[in-house]
Amino acid sequence: MAAYKPVVVQACPKLGEKITQDTLYWRGYKTPVQIKEFGAVNKIDFSPVPPYNYAVTASSRIHIYGRYSQEPIKTFSRFRDAAYSATYRDDGRLLVAGSEDGAIRLFDVSGKAPLRQFEGHTKPVHVVGFLSDKYRIFSGGDDYSSNLWDIPSATEITSYSEHTDYVRCGCASKVNGDVFITGSYDHTVKLFDARTKSSVMTIEHGHPVESVLLFPSGGLLVSAGGRYVKVWDVLKGGQLLVSLKNHHKTVTCLCLNSSGQRLLSGSLDRHVKIYSTTSYKVVHSFNYATSILSLALSPEDETIVVGMTNGVLNVKHRKPEEKNEKSPKKRQPAYRTYVKGRTYMPKQEDFCVSKPVKRVLRKYDKLLRSFQSSKALDAVLEPPIMLHTPEVTVAVMQELHRRGTLRSALAGRDEKQVNLLLTFVARRVIEPRFTPVLVTVADMITDIYQPVVGQSAIVDKQFLKLQEAIGKEIDYQEELLEVLGMMDTLFATFTKKRDTYLEENKSNGLTEIIETNMNY
Amino acid sequence: MVAAGALRVVRCGGSALRGARAVFSADSYLLCASGDFVKVYSVCTEETVRLMGGHADLVTGIQLNPHNHMQLYSCSLDGTIKLWDFMDGIPIKTFTVGSKLLALYTPASAEDSVFVVIPKKGERDTFQLVSVKLTKGAGQDLEAEELSVVLDGVGASTKHIAFGREGAYVVSVKDVNLQVYFFKRKLLNRFSLSTMKTKGGDNHFSCVVCHPTEDCIATGHADGKIRLWRNFHHRKEYTYSTLHWHHDIVMDLAFSVEGTRLLSGGVESVLVQWHNESSCQKDFLPRLGSPIEYISMASDGALCCTLHTDNRITIINSNLRFSRSIQGLIKSRDIKTGLVVDPRTKALVLNGEPGHLQFYSLQSDQQLFSLDIVQRQYIHQAGLAQSDLVKVAFSARGTWLATVEESEEVTDPELQLKLWFYHEETQSFKLNTRINTPHDNHITDMCFRDMEELGDDSLILVTTGRDCVFKVWVMVEDTDPEAQQSVSWSCDFVGSYHNYQATNCCFSEDGSLLAVSFEETVTIWDSVTWDLKCTFCHPPGNIRNICFGRLTCSKYLIGATDYGFLCCWNLLTCALEWSAHLNVVVLQPDPLSEHIAAVSWLSKESSLFVFKPNEPRPIYIQRNLCKEKILLAAFVPRDEPEMTSSEKYPWLRKSQLFFLTDTQELMTLSTKSLEERLTPSSKQLAVEESLPVTPFSVLLGKHRRQQAQEDIDLGKPVVHNKQEQASPAVKELLHTPAHVLPSASFLCTIFINSLLISKENKSAEEVADEVEMESEKAEDDSDEEDVTEMEQEDTSHMELLGEMTCKLSKSQEKELRKIRKMDYSWISAF
Repeated sequence: MAAYKPVVVQACPKLGEKITQDTLYWRGYKTPVQIKEFGAVNKIDFSPVPPYNYAVTASSRIHIYGRYSQEPIKTFSRFRDAAYSATYRDDGRLLVAGSEDGAIRLFDVSGKAPLRQFEGHTKPVHVVGFLSDKYRIFSGGDDYSSNLWDIPSATEITSYSEHTDYVRCGCASKVNGDVFITGSYDHTVKLFDARTKSSVMTIEHGHPVESVLLFPSGGLLVSAGGRYVKVWDVLKGGQLLVSLKNHHKTVTCLCLNSSGQRLLSGSLDRHVKIYSTTSYKVVHSFNYATSILSLALSPEDETIVVGMTNGVLNVKHRKPEEKNEKSPKKRQPAYRTYVKGRTYMPKQEDFCVSKPVKRVLRKYDKLLRSFQSSKALDAVLEPPIMLHTPEVTVAVMQELHRRGTLRSALAGRDEKQVNLLLTFVARRVIEPRFTPVLVTVADMITDIYQPVVGQSAIVDKQFLKLQEAIGKEIDYQEELLEVLGMMDTLFATFTKKRDTYLEENKSNGLTEIIETNMNY
Repeated sequence: MVAAGALRVVRCGGSALRGARAVFSADSYLLCASGDFVKVYSVCTEETVRLMGGHADLVTGIQLNPHNHMQLYSCSLDGTIKLWDFMDGIPIKTFTVGSKLLALYTPASAEDSVFVVIPKKGERDTFQLVSVKLTKGAGQDLEAEELSVVLDGVGASTKHIAFGREGAYVVSVKDVNLQVYFFKRKLLNRFSLSTMKTKGGDNHFSCVVCHPTEDCIATGHADGKIRLWRNFHHRKEYTYSTLHWHHDIVMDLAFSVEGTRLLSGGVESVLVQWHNESSCQKDFLPRLGSPIEYISMASDGALCCTLHTDNRITIINSNLRFSRSIQGLIKSRDIKTGLVVDPRTKALVLNGEPGHLQFYSLQSDQQLFSLDIVQRQYIHQAGLAQSDLVKVAFSARGTWLATVEESEEVTDPELQLKLWFYHEETQSFKLNTRINTPHDNHITDMCFRDMEELGDDSLILVTTGRDCVFKVWVMVEDTDPEAQQSVSWSCDFVGSYHNYQATNCCFSEDGSLLAVSFEETVTIWDSVTWDLKCTFCHPPGNIRNICFGRLTCSKYLIGATDYGFLCCWNLLTCALEWSAHLNVVVLQPDPLSEHIAAVSWLSKESSLFVFKPNEPRPIYIQRNLCKEKILLAAFVPRDEPEMTSSEKYPWLRKSQLFFLTDTQELMTLSTKSLEERLTPSSKQLAVEESLPVTPFSVLLGKHRRQQAQEDIDLGKPVVHNKQEQASPAVKELLHTPAHVLPSASFLCTIFINSLLISKENKSAEEVADEVEMESEKAEDDSDEEDVTEMEQEDTSHMELLGEMTCKLSKSQEKELRKIRKMDYSWISAF
């Protein structure tokens, strides 16, 4: 004997974006705060120490913003021309920035005037940064050179003139205090060791390099240039691991999230893409209003700050974690009836008496079980089911049709209910997954209520709506078929050559038939 | 008994249990008529305890002997009534009536007669109820001559007649007429309902039962009504009340033992229990699976059972709780899935209950389990288009199962392709992927790429459809680590050929080639690149079946066409190797050898041809395999290669061939008889015990008992163990066919030695003899014994289905039996 089997509701995979853990995570940001800067934002850098202020370099100023402040809490404006690449030191107390005039200035975060000024570059310096030993600074300039500076003495230690074009990006290794890399418009990324006189490794990216990034482990290098983001294995001598081409314009900035599991890339195509660093697949992407020049993520992914070409700074804060505090409000079941004995593990000699599990059936299932077709249809025409889970309504209609009782369930309804039914049908009949069932339903409704057409204005209106919806769908399908026909002709010209080859082959089998008689 | 070697068609899988109402015995056995046999089931364990054969035709009625609870009357279409001792499975008496017997009634009031329904002589479709006087003559075969007609013009079914309380009257229904005959007063009352069809209903009678203690008759009607008749002693003042719940015909009714409750059942497959006639209070036991055919109650009222149309018995407690069900091979209305063998359990897989797949174990004649594929409530109502299973395929190791279900609607079939994964922990199949509308039209064939050595990663499923394409489905791994399952299936390639309907598909043994037939043409595709390699064609006629050769013949492709051609193409030369004019219905390759079985259907008989693709001459032909059309066939691999028939039938060594006919009988080819295969040990033991005693054995037994008594008196320990060791050796010696035995001189010493050791022992046979001596009178001679023996042979004869068997001659058999019965232990005693 079998138990009643509930109606199977066909679950359709949702089209479009798939809901994954990643999308949920990256969607958990509030609506962005927009801050207008004076010029294009070329660099955003978060202070590595709480309260995680961030320095924004735009035009000739460096603004320091607090976590939730809309106004800069501090401004460095001692630049005659554009400032570039303001970067924090590891302890968050010093800030270094390059400039259009070729000078590199070192600031104390609490002070105003520069502590040191490093002169030596003859052209603008677009990239500066601290080595991880904290006492040296590397820089790259438009004079094709990459320099190394000593902070205490404010002197140049080494100058590497190996690039053959502007040096526009660079970063220092976090594990080795002597190692830094620079990327240049000559399509190469070069790895320098401060202890040697020349570069130790050159990687050919293939496009002008706009941004480079080293993984915290120091083993992997990410370079961005042109439409490509490429990941290289440094320890294997600069072997290309993977090349990602997910943007359709130049990628301008790269950034890792705090856990190191996700890589973010910003591009002039107004998108920020998030990759998983295990599979190198895009797991999420953000859309912005204009081309993106710079991008930074605060520790714990609390804030995403994106700087754009039109000088707008886009700041997104993470929503506070929603705590499920609502459940305690519900009265807990009494201890004695529900909790007692729940954790009891039966011993070996115990004799278990199992209680039959009572299955909970939905209301429409209960009605269907007792063959109450009309009431079952009523149950699924209630607004919450009809609006939010139309597949349930359609599944029940299909089940009724299967049982041969759909017509009687649809019949005998008053104006309001017919209106409700028609609204539903007119709205959903064009959805491909519902079409077969709802066409039958619409057919039956028109059959049943044909005699009363003209008696109610509301119902008549709904009938017209239904007609309109179906008419539109037919037009649409016709158009699609036309397109299909055009594509078929295109494909046919493609494969013409191979078909003739097959025809020859086929004739072989036909000609060589040999009849052999069997004798029993 | 039968010499090994002859190949015979044997029916297996049990017959329809629908001949008659089941009967509960007093000691928790359930007796059922099953084809030509009477089956005895244990109510507690659901196992078949005994199979009683002897009738030559369908058993139509079984009833307990009202004067002896251990005896059973059965009647059959062969015109005999048999009295059985069902505990031992022995026929006690056979009464020959002469004409076909259609139903049997044994009311307790009739002293030495039973009532049977026979067709009236000279008139077609008219039946009469007669009482048969069972003469108490000596001997087993008796003629029952005293027939007296009780009622004329009765219904043919056993449900149309019922005997009233204490056998005072008999009720018969036919069409819209009810007749009651009172035995004492010799009065016949007739009542009839109006033939007018009221409200579209049809008030023909369908069944009748009588109240066990009151004068009340309950009748079921074709429109679902139940009428309770009272006061029918008077022709005019009779009354009836109506109970109505069933929406379709009431198939059977049954009163409880006290008569307080009435059970009714019908096509709704709901058992309804009516409590009080007036208040219409009722209980239901719904969803019993299939329409109820018969209802019967146990005499103590503790259990009742329902027989269903699909060969199932459901046992139900008195408080209307489902207790257990006995299930053999479910006879489904239409077997669309074909016969498929589950590689894991070697069970036969086919359509079971509507929407279910049954796994039927051939070894134990039991259903292993039933897998719910459609997972929808089945509505038992005529004329509904409900989804049913149409195609099934297993992967090579049985880890994946693909099923196709479609609704019966012709215009817009609702198709679903489901892929099931075998879950090791729960030991059952779990739904992995469901694909809605895999094809735009009906799916015609489906197969997995069978590549055991490559593992499951290379699994490919191919489906062919009437929408002129074949589709290739592959497993894709879900990269998302959070997903519930790691793999799912999706379409990889869609192929078509000149917009012809794709009809069959088949992979070559190594999986490198796929053959797809498109109407008249067979196309060969590379299974890696999905390029069309070549095409074969044998006009006229569409391709009906295709298969690749195996092992040494793997370069051949076999195809059968509609116009009766069997073609064999060589894949290396792309040419036709040979062809034969044969109307092939079924083409089935053996998975373990090169052999291919083809079943043809010509002028109302099926013939079997077994051949190897590399030679056009078949290696085995069996004309006139059976009268019915064979629809499906399957090779089931044996657990261990069979040795006995290997010289003569090498193609049966590794697998066994099973057929399914259009009357849904499952048959096989075997060199052994069915009973031998099923329960060799218990059957032979029963025969041994039932051997009647001879005067010699009585004499010997007396002497032995005396001696044993003396032994005990003398304080000697009685040891029995030696005989247990010796008896199997002796038995084997005596049961082995003579032509395979070594020379007698060689055997003699062994034989004598095995007997000499037992100095103070009694043989098992003697013990049996003694028991029988005490219980039964020592009667008769060896002629009597011959009769029983002959009947045993008859039963095996039944299964032969027109096949000749090699048997020992009568005299030889007698001699053998003599040797077997001789006890040489007296040599040692003296």
